Amino acid sequence: MRALITFVYLFLYAPIALVVLFSFNAGRNASEFTGFSTMWYGKALGNTFLITALQNSLMIAFSSAVLAAIFGTMAALGMQRLSSRARAIFDGLFAAAIVVPGVVIGIATLVALIEVFSFLNPALALIWPGERPPQLGLGYGSIIAAHGLFSLALVAMIVKARIASLGRDIVEASSDLYATPFTTFRQIVLPQILPSALAGFLLAFTFSFDDFIVAFFVAGSKTTLPIYVFASIRRGVTPEINAIATMVLVASLLMILVARVLMRDKKTKAQAGSRS
Amino acid sequence: MTSSEVAAIESQMKPMTTDRKRHLVTAALVAPAGLWLCVFLVLPFMAMVVFAFGERAPEGGYQAAFTFAQFANLPSRAAAFWNTMMIAPAGAFLCLIVAYPAAYYLAIKSNPKYRLTLVSLVVVPFWTSLLVRTYAWMYILGSRGIPNLLGMIGIEDIRLLNTPGAVLLGIVYGYLPLMIMPIYVSLEKLDRRLLEASADLGAKPVSTFLGITLPLSLPGVMTGVALVTILLLGEYLIPQLLGGGKVFFIGNALVDLFLQSRNWPFGSAIAVTLVVVVVIVLSVAMRIAWKVSGSRQVDLV
Repeated sequence: MRALITFVYLFLYAPIALVVLFSFNAGRNASEFTGFSTMWYGKALGNTFLITALQNSLMIAFSSAVLAAIFGTMAALGMQRLSSRARAIFDGLFAAAIVVPGVVIGIATLVALIEVFSFLNPALALIWPGERPPQLGLGYGSIIAAHGLFSLALVAMIVKARIASLGRDIVEASSDLYATPFTTFRQIVLPQILPSALAGFLLAFTFSFDDFIVAFFVAGSKTTLPIYVFASIRRGVTPEINAIATMVLVASLLMILVARVLMRDKKTKAQAGSRS
Repeated sequence: MTSSEVAAIESQMKPMTTDRKRHLVTAALVAPAGLWLCVFLVLPFMAMVVFAFGERAPEGGYQAAFTFAQFANLPSRAAAFWNTMMIAPAGAFLCLIVAYPAAYYLAIKSNPKYRLTLVSLVVVPFWTSLLVRTYAWMYILGSRGIPNLLGMIGIEDIRLLNTPGAVLLGIVYGYLPLMIMPIYVSLEKLDRRLLEASADLGAKPVSTFLGITLPLSLPGVMTGVALVTILLLGEYLIPQLLGGGKVFFIGNALVDLFLQSRNWPFGSAIAVTLVVVVVIVLSVAMRIAWKVSGSRQVDLV
């Protein structure tokens, strides 16, 4: 039993560790470690295409996660006040946003946006007062929208679970003590759901930062970091990719660890609350 | 109108206005998410269905029409459907075989003091880039990896990359955390007194496991298998990187149709079919899960 679980952890982490190890390899040869060097990191960081892709990814991940965290939390709060029928529709749509494969989300967003643009652009040209009307097209906006869809559902699910575990009694106690609904929300409800919303934000950020397939369809001419990494892998495996991969790994590891600490904090607090 | 009548009317009015305010707040809270879902989920999905019944324009893209030709053409991609429908469940099953003992250990045998940390260590890789994790196996299975090491001890010409085996390995690696979690959750909820009672009544550990532990963990097993199978049905990266175009899934056919040959209506028809398959798999799995037990809660994070 112990041997098996050790094997599982080895299986999960050894391949990642290997990539990290070889990112510090001085030589080009992928199968032998010839010495410690950070030259591939220097090379990667000196690559302007890579830096642009990284900046794009960070901007897209941040924007989609912020929007998803705010709108998802709002939706989770609002949904409990809806009629059961309207709530079921929302639940169904959120579930669909999570379950429908990324490749389908990418395709559907692509075809819909292309149609909408082919209709909007001539219309825009007609009413535009200036010489050169703006051309709507695929790019940052479409990636943020498509990533935000999954993230929105993710945040709403996490915050909803948190709200469900909240006792109604403290809310009632607050209003019994003549707090206005808004005060109750700000002082009682918000502090309790904030860690989940924040965890949702971090998971949404991680998802967007790591997503390849959705962005692949709707990115237009823009490059995100996973798209850049995918293209480089197709050109051939080099130690530079190991360095980039290591940096991507470290970034998402930090995010997920913070998210888990936030969510665990909430869990232990909830347990302590129920015990006392 | 007497003052008491006015008061009565006012008291009737007041709840109405607060009710109205309440509805407004509710609407304001759900409106952005609702709008997002409509514009970027419902509308795109409808557009995709419309495309699926359309025709390919001569220069690529879409031309309005109403035809079932795209759906009639589906058999031309039968290989992609076949691969996906065979390898996805097989991968999920392999995943289960590795995941169950691991989840069992974590939930029942591990030291409670370290349990949360151990579980975290399983979940964390799932949230790191699948692209990077799959790339790691490309590196290991590639000609400079294991085949190179085998070459040193005299075993030459072993091909590991671009085989169905490599794709299966990548699948188990990529989706193991997602399989372990629901099984772990259902085993952790299991009432330990049942196990003690079974032992006290003289049952052998094997019969306790088969009679109590396994049946009670079936909802978790079902959830895990369903989740992994559904995600695998739309997989692109693993067959692309580890199957090298020889083992291709529906996802690979879709990327090819949309981004290379630009046959959007046919691609849409395949995508719509894929969604139908996902819905069927999901509803069958949920039906079974409901029969096995009521619980459907999964902690994915």
